[in-house]
Amino acid sequence: MIQLLVFLPLLCAAIAGLGNRFIGNTVAKSVTTGGLFVSCFCAWSIFIPFLRGTEHAYVTNVLTFINSGDLRVDWALRVDSLTAVMLVVITSVSALVHLYSWGYMAEDPDQPRFFAYLSLFTFMMLMLVTANTLIQMFFGWEGVGLASYLLIGFWYYKPSAGAAAIKAFVVNRVGDFGFSLGIFGTFLVFGTVQIPEILAAAPHMMGSTIGFLGYRVDTMTLLCLLLFVGAMGKSAQLGLHTWLPDAMEGPTPVSALIHAATMVTAGVFMVCRLSPMFETSHVAMTVVTVIGACTCFFAATVGTTQTDIKRVIAYSTCSQLGYMFFAAGVGAYGAAMFHLFTHAFFKALLFLSAGSVIHAMHHEQDMRYYGGLWKKIPVTFAVMMIGTLAITGVGLEGVFGFAGFYSKDAIIASALGSGTQVGGFAWFIGVFAALLTSFYSWRLIFLTFFGKPRWAASEHIQHAAHGHGHDDHAHDAHADHAHAADHAHAHAAHDDHGHDAHHAEPAGEDAGHEPRPDMRGFTEVEHGTLGYHPHESPWTMGVPLVVLSIGAVFAGWAFAPSFLTGEFWQGSISYSEHLHEAAEHIGGWAWAPTVAMLIGLTIAWFAYIKDTSIPGRFAATFRGLYVFLLKKWYFDELYDLIFVRPAFAIGRFLWHKGDEGTIDRFGPDGIAKLAVVGNRITARVQSGYVYTYALVMLLGLAGVATWAMTR
Amino acid sequence: MTIGLPHYLAVSAILFVMGVLGIFINRKNVIIILMAIELILLSVNINLVAFSAFLHDLVGQIFAMFVLTVAAGEAAIGLAILVIYFRGRGTIAVDDINRMKG
Repeated sequence: MIQLLVFLPLLCAAIAGLGNRFIGNTVAKSVTTGGLFVSCFCAWSIFIPFLRGTEHAYVTNVLTFINSGDLRVDWALRVDSLTAVMLVVITSVSALVHLYSWGYMAEDPDQPRFFAYLSLFTFMMLMLVTANTLIQMFFGWEGVGLASYLLIGFWYYKPSAGAAAIKAFVVNRVGDFGFSLGIFGTFLVFGTVQIPEILAAAPHMMGSTIGFLGYRVDTMTLLCLLLFVGAMGKSAQLGLHTWLPDAMEGPTPVSALIHAATMVTAGVFMVCRLSPMFETSHVAMTVVTVIGACTCFFAATVGTTQTDIKRVIAYSTCSQLGYMFFAAGVGAYGAAMFHLFTHAFFKALLFLSAGSVIHAMHHEQDMRYYGGLWKKIPVTFAVMMIGTLAITGVGLEGVFGFAGFYSKDAIIASALGSGTQVGGFAWFIGVFAALLTSFYSWRLIFLTFFGKPRWAASEHIQHAAHGHGHDDHAHDAHADHAHAADHAHAHAAHDDHGHDAHHAEPAGEDAGHEPRPDMRGFTEVEHGTLGYHPHESPWTMGVPLVVLSIGAVFAGWAFAPSFLTGEFWQGSISYSEHLHEAAEHIGGWAWAPTVAMLIGLTIAWFAYIKDTSIPGRFAATFRGLYVFLLKKWYFDELYDLIFVRPAFAIGRFLWHKGDEGTIDRFGPDGIAKLAVVGNRITARVQSGYVYTYALVMLLGLAGVATWAMTR
Repeated sequence: MTIGLPHYLAVSAILFVMGVLGIFINRKNVIIILMAIELILLSVNINLVAFSAFLHDLVGQIFAMFVLTVAAGEAAIGLAILVIYFRGRGTIAVDDINRMKG
């Protein structure tokens, strides 16, 4: 069953990817989506026995990968509680994202390729979580990086998408470098790459030292920190997070998949998988906690100022990953995995419903041009509300709570319960970030769904309201006239209210950009809408949203008793009963996240419902702070200054001075030039007169004869 | 005084030098160059025949016959080239024939 689960997505990806245009859109979509649903079914049927405690960890060998000297690496599928959780998360979210993409990508000309990439992405992540050796994990790790590159750059004709894809790949490479160094070091120290053997041997290596860059350092600290660098890259932690927001250039289902189930959770998973190893190094744990807490705070602050709906959610992911990492850092791996699990549901939900909003708003992503949408797209509004309630952690202790309530509060309580200084720091940050999370999440909801419509200023909407040309920037490379006309018809078919007017005028694209509501023939045009009516998404997009919202509501309540106890994990992660006890008994402090959440909600309500002039005045008063946050703490600019420009400068230097100035000058160019100049000189010897040539011949003959005689 | 090998060789050498100088010093007429070449070949023939008689070896004389044949052919071809060249360029003055260069 596990083989079927893991390799079915690969098979589907191969069929859809290689078949591509031969098999057509529908077949490719059906095969990949169907395959993923089968995988998802397998995953749940593996997971449930683990949940009941009737199943125990096992390893299935598939093939021998490398057998060289001491190094023996097998393709093996390891299934234990930790893997089972990840399998469920990955396949469920992926299957729903596949289904969702039917609707979202319906107009894309290149669908088989998209679905093949999605399935490949899923397969790579499955390889990663079922790894029994670090090498196989690295294989999945890199494969996930590759698939994310392909998907972020899916609309390759957009320069920004290409740049974002490259950025994601390069930033991940930095992390992967650390990870591979970590693997080398681990093999050097332990002589094996089998994860169970490493974890068993790790406690014996405590306190030993190893030479690194000329210093003696603690072995386990070094290894853990190197591995953690890899996790930082993949999970977008502070410093290596810059690729994550840019990854929004990909189609929205991809964002959902990257953020909820695959890719970014890999780092958290790896730290949890290797938790007995991390437990042996106090320094490494401290670093994990601090980095996690800083990321959590950083991303939450940036999230409060972004205006692009997807970027807000992207920073929210970054922040939630910070939570998971500091949970792991204080030793609450169960809580970290639990948050990963619940987060997968509500973050996928948020992203997919954001996609639904974007779909409804004709690919406008700027929240400043939304407003008042709840009446127009009630289903999306309802599921997004659920997602927001889940992420902000609404709930009442002992009664019921949304998914985020259980996992996030468990993390924050564990941080305080750990009793260490960094734990206290992380607790403080965690509570404050909960306030910010609540603020930016509700800000998103209020800006999008409440208030008055502000669509008129959006170019996308203007385009849509007038010409009904398909102005989607993602498609404009393909949007020829015929395509535009088709689209207008499709529109009229499923959205017949209020579109009567456009039949009267040609469905061309040159209907102009300026607002001309009087041309529309409406008797009453709602202010600020240009007469544009957002439409609810098709059922293929609605069903995943509803399924995910069920997860977002009940995932915490249903699974909290299992995930937060040691029995469920069966030793697959390191579990501290002591910490669990301490986290249970922190008294009134347990209310802190809930209070912070309410404060955030209140502020957001004041600023975006009660008096909408507050944000503008705040931004004007604290101009410096606002711009600092809007510019994402100037990370991109800083990296541009420190790394990108010097790299360009070095490149330019080597190009002009090194390549052109030295190698070319003395190499090919120089020799060619020498030949030309030499020929010009020797050509002068030729006079063209017969007697000169004859003289030379004679002299030559005389010379040869002389040489022959005197020899 | 008997005429010996050295005399034949001397005549041959003188003819050879005359032929060579005829090529180099002559700057006027291509036909004279052709004649000078004939002279060089002739000097070689004298050499061959002289050595043939001196060494009692007929090979030299047979070779001389070959050289004569080649000389005749060469003269014919050379004159033909000259005619064609004159048609094309309108001159056969040696100083004007200088296109054989890169």
